[in-house]
Amino acid sequence: MKFEAVIGLEVHAQLLTDSKLFCSCSTKFGAEPNTQVCPICLGMPGVLPVLNRRAVEYAVKMAIAVDCTVNPKSVFARKNYFYPDLPKGYQISQYTEPLAERGRLDIDIEGGRKKIGITRIHMEEDAGKLLHGEGPEDSGYSFVDLNRTGVPLIEIVSEPDMRTSEEAQAYLKALRDIIVYLGISNGNMEEGSFRCDANVSVRLAGERKLGTKAELKNINSFKFVRDAIDYEIQRQTDLIESGGKVVQETRLFDSSKGVTISMRSKEEAHDYRYFPEPDLLPLVIEAGMVEALGAALPELPRAKRERFVAGYGIPAYDAGVLTSTRELADYYEEAVKRTDDPKATSNWIMGELLRLLKEDNRDVRDCPVTPENLAGLITIVKKGEISGKMGKEVFEEMYGTGKTPEEIVKAKGLVQISDEAELSGIIDGIINANPESVERYRAGKTQLMGFFVGETMKATKGRANPKLVNKLLKERLG
Amino acid sequence: MELTSLTIHELSERLSRKEVSAVEVTKAFLGRIGEVDGKTRAYITVTAEAALEAAERADGMLARKDDVTPMTGIPVSVKDIFCTRGIRTTCASKILGNFIPPYDSTVVKKLKGSGAVLLGKTNMDEFAMGSSTENSAFFKTLNPWAPDRVPGGSSGGSAAAMAASECAASVGTDTGGSIRQPAACCGVVGLKPTYGRVSRFGMVAFASSLDQAGPFTRDVTDAAIMLKVMAGHDPLDSTSVNMEVPDYRSFLAAGCKGLKVGIPKEYFIEGMDPDVEKAVRDALDVLKGAGAELVPVSLPHTEYAVAVYYLVATAEASSNLARYDGVKYGLRVNEAGNLLDMYKKTRDSGFGGEVKRRIMLGTYSLSAGYYEAYYKKASQVRTLVRDDFSAAFKTCDVIATPTAPTAAFRLGEKIEDPLTMYLSDIFTISCNLAGIPGISVPCGLILGWKVDEGTVLRTAYAYEQATEWHKRRPAI
Repeated sequence: MKFEAVIGLEVHAQLLTDSKLFCSCSTKFGAEPNTQVCPICLGMPGVLPVLNRRAVEYAVKMAIAVDCTVNPKSVFARKNYFYPDLPKGYQISQYTEPLAERGRLDIDIEGGRKKIGITRIHMEEDAGKLLHGEGPEDSGYSFVDLNRTGVPLIEIVSEPDMRTSEEAQAYLKALRDIIVYLGISNGNMEEGSFRCDANVSVRLAGERKLGTKAELKNINSFKFVRDAIDYEIQRQTDLIESGGKVVQETRLFDSSKGVTISMRSKEEAHDYRYFPEPDLLPLVIEAGMVEALGAALPELPRAKRERFVAGYGIPAYDAGVLTSTRELADYYEEAVKRTDDPKATSNWIMGELLRLLKEDNRDVRDCPVTPENLAGLITIVKKGEISGKMGKEVFEEMYGTGKTPEEIVKAKGLVQISDEAELSGIIDGIINANPESVERYRAGKTQLMGFFVGETMKATKGRANPKLVNKLLKERLG
Repeated sequence: MELTSLTIHELSERLSRKEVSAVEVTKAFLGRIGEVDGKTRAYITVTAEAALEAAERADGMLARKDDVTPMTGIPVSVKDIFCTRGIRTTCASKILGNFIPPYDSTVVKKLKGSGAVLLGKTNMDEFAMGSSTENSAFFKTLNPWAPDRVPGGSSGGSAAAMAASECAASVGTDTGGSIRQPAACCGVVGLKPTYGRVSRFGMVAFASSLDQAGPFTRDVTDAAIMLKVMAGHDPLDSTSVNMEVPDYRSFLAAGCKGLKVGIPKEYFIEGMDPDVEKAVRDALDVLKGAGAELVPVSLPHTEYAVAVYYLVATAEASSNLARYDGVKYGLRVNEAGNLLDMYKKTRDSGFGGEVKRRIMLGTYSLSAGYYEAYYKKASQVRTLVRDDFSAAFKTCDVIATPTAPTAAFRLGEKIEDPLTMYLSDIFTISCNLAGIPGISVPCGLILGWKVDEGTVLRTAYAYEQATEWHKRRPAI
């Protein structure tokens, strides 16, 4: 029997606003527990939420970027449940009338492109965090940190359009890239500012009816998305093949063991008793706001990638690497307009630049080599003033000191010897000093060319223009 | 006449003419509280020291003629549902018995800003759930007119404090009649403004889509003065009305000549207390005598109002009261040392019977499988109730009805029978469902269309001018 998996993702992204969704507390990550709280996010008696305009703008940007229809009116709703990290006893979210609906996101798969439908995007507030005591004095106790309470989130719900864990991962990455491009979230899965739940079911290939799904939680890396889904597909397939039945439940992914574990069954599922939030008016979004935000939207990853291939004529692989972040793409474009050599510029960035940045764990925004200086270096190498090998040395020095390539080349006396007369003199000297080798070369042992080149480089401390050296040697050796 | 029997506008005149100081006025009220509150039990907390300090500041303002308002130096009380910075705010519940808010409610902030002097916090039904103030977790408040009777509720402490001259004005809240019904029971003026006219920020929530703060006063002029101070848009309350606040006193002199007063036939029902019906009919005659035209109107969905109210209000309450879980503030009962047990014991011992009953009702009506039939249906019928008023106000300027089906009932008379108690609100509830303003004066209720408090006050004033009720004080 051949089985097919059906996968849908629910993704939560924290929005990068300065203040929380319904109060003016800071959203900064990593502060001392309970220092970024006020009566409103603490859920004290009688306080009321006031919606953060910036958060709405960010959410609308995301909706536009994935081709959703932004609803002119959406409604906040209360999701009721008891937990110590939820001070009000309910989370303000959106339910039957979300911010935006019916979007799409295209992902690249083997042999082309696939459309993944987006069901809805809605806004909600984050909950706080519980820390469980582990020391001798506080074990058995839990501590509540409410700094994160009320931080704005968007939830992006996909259609069950994915069939493999690779597709799910590609979708998640594409979504993350867009969010980061828009500058509305940092997309950091480790810090929990980008979180993913996966709904997974399997069915016989060709079957139209959906199988019973399990919801997987606690997936906090791109790798784990694949691991968790693959495990779950296998588990469900084995279960059905051995005559069992999949039950609807929520399962937790244990990344240390690579398995999913049952957390609660459908019967134990919460009844959240959603109802419209009476403390907030319906959220009305004017068409003008959608238009203005849409017009100001940056170029998105796919469009940029395609433009790089078409406009610069670089390979799709290069375009993919260069557009991995908006900053790197901007860097490339700044450099390339000065070198007029898209492929060489791409090679330098993908090779030397990214290698050094990675070694230092540094962001391209903090790169000591400016795009202008990189372009300068590429131009010098291209003109043949210095060799490519020397260029790499110069680049390392530029990276270490922030100096211009011209300064370094000059200070080190690295300028390539491209003067024919000067090189001819040196080469003549070498030929005269090695009559035996000249004989053997002329007798057919042409591999000796390398020896003559090496001698010339030694004599010039590597500054000889290699092309010219080759040409002059060939002329002289016949 | 005793200082404590005077209206705000009478006191304000004497204060500005320097016939009396704010400190003297405040001392008179504190003295009165000391004298009678042992009997009425209107106050949960009296803040004598802070009141005297505020009175001194008010005297300074009066002397310098600096930012003086009609409220400067006027001693007021507020229902213990309004958060007061640094002053215990209990909502008459054990669960908030030790809660001291680090913030003022907007209403309290505005009153303080106007120069008013806060005397203390008044008793109420726990979380404003009740019609007799018998549901206070602490003690019962008596009706100053007849100590064997209830003062009404839920703002019974405020109404009783007014009737017993323990403050010059008070602020209550009205979710289904909790200002107007106790005002009627205690023979004072009680105004519920349009939903959103007064900010709800810092007012402990019962049913968010219905709750509205409003004043208790001795006469209609005072109600106009208080509303002017309390009303206005609040950036901290998204549901507050964003409109200019008029000078409500300027409406009063116009009289009610030519005003069309709608009389809804559904409010004069069989089985109504004949004394109440006669009193209201007499009041209507007074309006007619003052030149108003009485016109019949119909509010056909009135019979569903109580049911709709007890579904919507309890649903919202079940959610609003979820925050009292023992984790952050207020009561915590933690014996077994595990979370679920703490939740259960804290809420079991912290909430009284009526509050628990409403939390359960509301939780039920929001539950999966029942939501459509209860909460959602109730919300739809609520729209019909609102439409009734919208249609009726096309043919009249104000609507006049009784405030309550009976006069103040005896203590203990209905407390064991929640359904009968719920029916005490039958005439006041529709107004909250529709979000419209209403004022209770001795003796009757006048409703107006949204944000038209001006016409409501003007009608009530014309009635008051033709009667003597508001001048009477109980002998206590």
